[in-house]
Order: sequence, then structure tokens, then C-alpha cells
Amino acid sequence: MQQWLPLLGVPVMVLGFALRLNALLVVLIAGALTGWANGLDFDALLQLFGQKFLAARQLAAFVLVLPVIGLLEHYGLKTRIRELVVRRRAATAARILMLYFVLRDLTGVLGMPQTAGQVQTVRPLLAPMVEAAAEARHGELPAPVRELLRAHAAACDNIAIFFSEDIFIAFGAVLLIDAFLKDSGIAGITPLQIGLWGIPTALCALAVHFLRLARLDAAIERQVREHRAAATVGP
Amino acid sequence: MSALVSQHGLFILIGVIVLLQAAAGLRDRGNANRWIGALFWALFSLPFLFGDTLVQDWGPAAAYRAAGIVVVALALLAGSGRVRARGELQQRPAPAPPPTFRLLTPALLIPVVTLLCVTLLVKLKFGSLPLLDTANPTLTALGVAGVCALLAGWALTGGTPLLAVSESRRLFGAAGDALVLPQMLAMLGGVFIAAHTGDAVQHLAVSAIAPGQRLLPVVIYGLGMALFTMVMGNAFAAFPVMSAGIALPYLIQGQGAHAAPLLAMGMYCGYCGTLLTPMAANFNMVPAALLDLRDRYKVIKVQAPTALCLLAINIALIYCLAF
Repeated sequence: MQQWLPLLGVPVMVLGFALRLNALLVVLIAGALTGWANGLDFDALLQLFGQKFLAARQLAAFVLVLPVIGLLEHYGLKTRIRELVVRRRAATAARILMLYFVLRDLTGVLGMPQTAGQVQTVRPLLAPMVEAAAEARHGELPAPVRELLRAHAAACDNIAIFFSEDIFIAFGAVLLIDAFLKDSGIAGITPLQIGLWGIPTALCALAVHFLRLARLDAAIERQVREHRAAATVGP
Repeated sequence: MSALVSQHGLFILIGVIVLLQAAAGLRDRGNANRWIGALFWALFSLPFLFGDTLVQDWGPAAAYRAAGIVVVALALLAGSGRVRARGELQQRPAPAPPPTFRLLTPALLIPVVTLLCVTLLVKLKFGSLPLLDTANPTLTALGVAGVCALLAGWALTGGTPLLAVSESRRLFGAAGDALVLPQMLAMLGGVFIAAHTGDAVQHLAVSAIAPGQRLLPVVIYGLGMALFTMVMGNAFAAFPVMSAGIALPYLIQGQGAHAAPLLAMGMYCGYCGTLLTPMAANFNMVPAALLDLRDRYKVIKVQAPTALCLLAINIALIYCLAF
């Protein structure tokens, strides 16, 4: 029994997220239960919370980019992006996502993952471009389609960067694997080899996601049509 | 001071931006939740504004305790469900839109300046003082890029940084407490580590393996990496635990697997888990909040088919390529 106690926080998280309770509250409860089950008193737990929270402050780095996005959107950035995209007939939602995927792969392979990202490029540029391209082809988009396209923009960035940055030999993951090998006394494996073994999965990620994206434009068209049909059926 | 653009300085800047949100939000009289929201953002700014100073002046124990109290207060405020803006935000009259290039230039400056930061500026030194803090390249790059784009935006549109901070309250207000989630979850990951969750997971995974098998340990290593990453929200936390517990004894030593492909692809199995978990908030939950998605799990749902497919492919690749 004793050995399972450290895992107490996991079912709490799953239950809390499934019930859609407030995420911060769920995290606090899961943390408190885990700490309590492992013999931390209230003060020790409070200090542990504070220490770990302070140590994770760099995760709020995206806050630094939000003001300029706010400013540009105030002056109509989204409208301007729409005008640019609409003029290009070949630009469909799926094609823009595919192009972005390849560019994002390149930033990873070259070891520059910070050059793009959810706040830097997806929110201000990619998502409005994808939405505008779909709108130009299919007219006014129903809310669920809009949500789907935005989520696809975010997903595209995550998937492309996750499965490409390990190819670059100085990335944290490769260094972590290298350190693990040294600690375990396994010699003769260079970071370059570790990076090269990342390539098969990177190619598979590209193939799998492109196969999905290839069907996205048709799926949007179908959803828009179904939505219109449902809207025109009177009571 | 470790660098001209230091981590400490950027934390202060984050704190100032967040604190100004509290003030800007208060003017939205149409927002029924403006007081709770302002209190929430004011509290959230404290660890950035005073965190480092307090650790120095009060000593770690007292500073951590104070930060812990802030964390609990943030969670309770969020639990009231009234941090997100509700109702009409005050609309400023829409300005005459500037020409396209004036709007796009600052937006494109963000990736361009980041690129410059990670390639050239990172090497720049004034005497012995480096320009950029290299301890945290993402933070530094985002900070420099954010400020440069903001200044360019000021020059090209005439909108001041103060207007920028005030207008970004829509983003803060719509996203609400989801913006604090990455830090809270990293904190929870820290508590899990302190509670030796890894040992329990390792114990659980190993209990299913008998020596001499090959396929089963490969599957358990791959699935274990994904599942434990989903729990921790971070593949780097899962990697040493699962690799030392399963990959090393049962596959590398037990079955003579090649370490390079096994571990490289094992890490990727963890990334498949990252795509599937709300615990990886900065990748999955913050984007959903910033993109104003009604379904907070929509990004994860869109990623799931690719992630599950790749997890299966990865496990198959390990089985084929590592032996």
C-alpha cells in the first residue's frame, strides 16, 4: 500500500480535469494530497509549493509578447492578414498548415526552436491566416469549424517542433540522453548518433500529420455544408 | 549582474506587465469579475517583482513560504471561477488601420529578432558583461523580441507601450487563470518528484516484466514513457525514471539493444504523451486559452490521432531498429 501513496495525486488530477473543475484548484488539491500522503507537514508543503513555483517562473515568458499582440490587433492586424491571404487563391487552410509544418521543422533541425511558437507566431499570424483562407473558400465559418482550425494551428506547431528539435545535437533532449548514457557507463555513442536516430520518427511525424491535413480542407467543406443545411431546416 | 539583459530584469518586466493588467482591467466597468480579476493578476505579479529580492533578504525558507501563500491564494481565487473576464470589455474607438506593412513588420519582427538573439546577439559582450543571459535562452529571446516588436509597433502605428499593455487585457481576460497553469503544473511535477512518484511508477512498470522477453519490455518502455510523461507533463522528467528502470536492465543489458535508437525513440514516445496531456499546459492549455477556444481540450483532441499513431509507429520502430 505504502508504495502507491506517491501516485495519489494522479487520480485526483484525472478526476478533477474530467469533471472540469478549475484546473488551478485541482492542481493545488493534488499537490497537497500527494505531499500529505508522503509525510510533509503544512509548512513544509507551503515552502515546497513556493520554491517550485518560483523555480518555474520562466514558463511565463510568453507574457512578454502579449502586449505587442494586443497593440497590433487593436490596429486591425487580423483584418490585414485576411486581406493578404484572400488574394492568394492557392492558399487553403491545409496548405498553409503544411507549409508552416515544414518551416517549423526547419527551425527545430537548425536548433532554433525559439524562433517560432504558440505565442510568437501561432496566435498572431498562423491562426488568423488559416481562418482567413478557410473563410475565403467556404464563406462565413460556423463556430465549431473556427475552433477546429485554431486548434489545428496550435497542434501543427507542437507536433512539428517536438519531432524535429531532437535531431539537433545541442538540444536538451539529446544532452539528457547523452548524460544518461555516461551515468550508465555506456561508452561509444556520440550525440550525433542520437540525433540521427531521431530522423525516422521525424519523417513519420511529417507523413502521418500530412495525411491528416490532406483531408482537412474537404472535412471543413463538409462541416460548413452540414451546418448550413441544419441552419436552414425550420422547426 | 550576470548580463545586460538578465533573467532577473525580465522577471521584473513580466511582473510589471501583469501588474498593469490588474490596473487596466479595473477600468472595464462592464466586466462583472473585474475586482477578483485585478486581485488575481496583482497577486500573480508578486513572485516576479519580489521573488528574487525576498530570497536574498529573508532567506529561502521565509521567501518560499510567502510564495507558497501566494500560490494557495491564486488557486483559491481561480477556484471561485471569477477570474476570467465576463461581460463587455470597454472598446476604444477603432483607429484608422495603418498600411499592411506597418502592422505586419512588428509581428514578423518577433521571429526575426528571436533568430538574431539565438544566433548573433548571444555572442555579444560589453567588456566582460554579456549582452544576453544564456541561462534561459527562450526567456531572453522572447523578452528581447517582445520589447523590440513593441517599440517597432510604437514607431509604425503610433500606439504607445501603455496602450499595448492596456489592449492586451483582452488576451489576459479571455485566457484568465489558464496563463498561470504552466507554473502551477511545473510546481505539481516538483511535488511529485519530491514524493518519489518515479519509484512507484518504475515499480508498477517492472512488475509486469519477466526477464528474457523482448517485445513486452519494449511496449512497456514506450507506453510507460508516454503515460508517465502525461502524468508529469514533461518527457524530461519521465525519461531517467523509465530508462533506468526498464530500458537499461531489461533491454540494453538483458537483450543487447542498441542504446542510441532505443533511447532516442524512447524520448519521442514521451513526446507523444506530451501531446496528449493537459499537464503540458504551455503547449496544450495556454494556446487553447489564447486562441479563445470554448473547448479547453480542443488542441489535445486535434493532436490525439497523430500522437497515438506516432506512439504505435515509435514502439514498432524501436522493436525493429534497436536490435
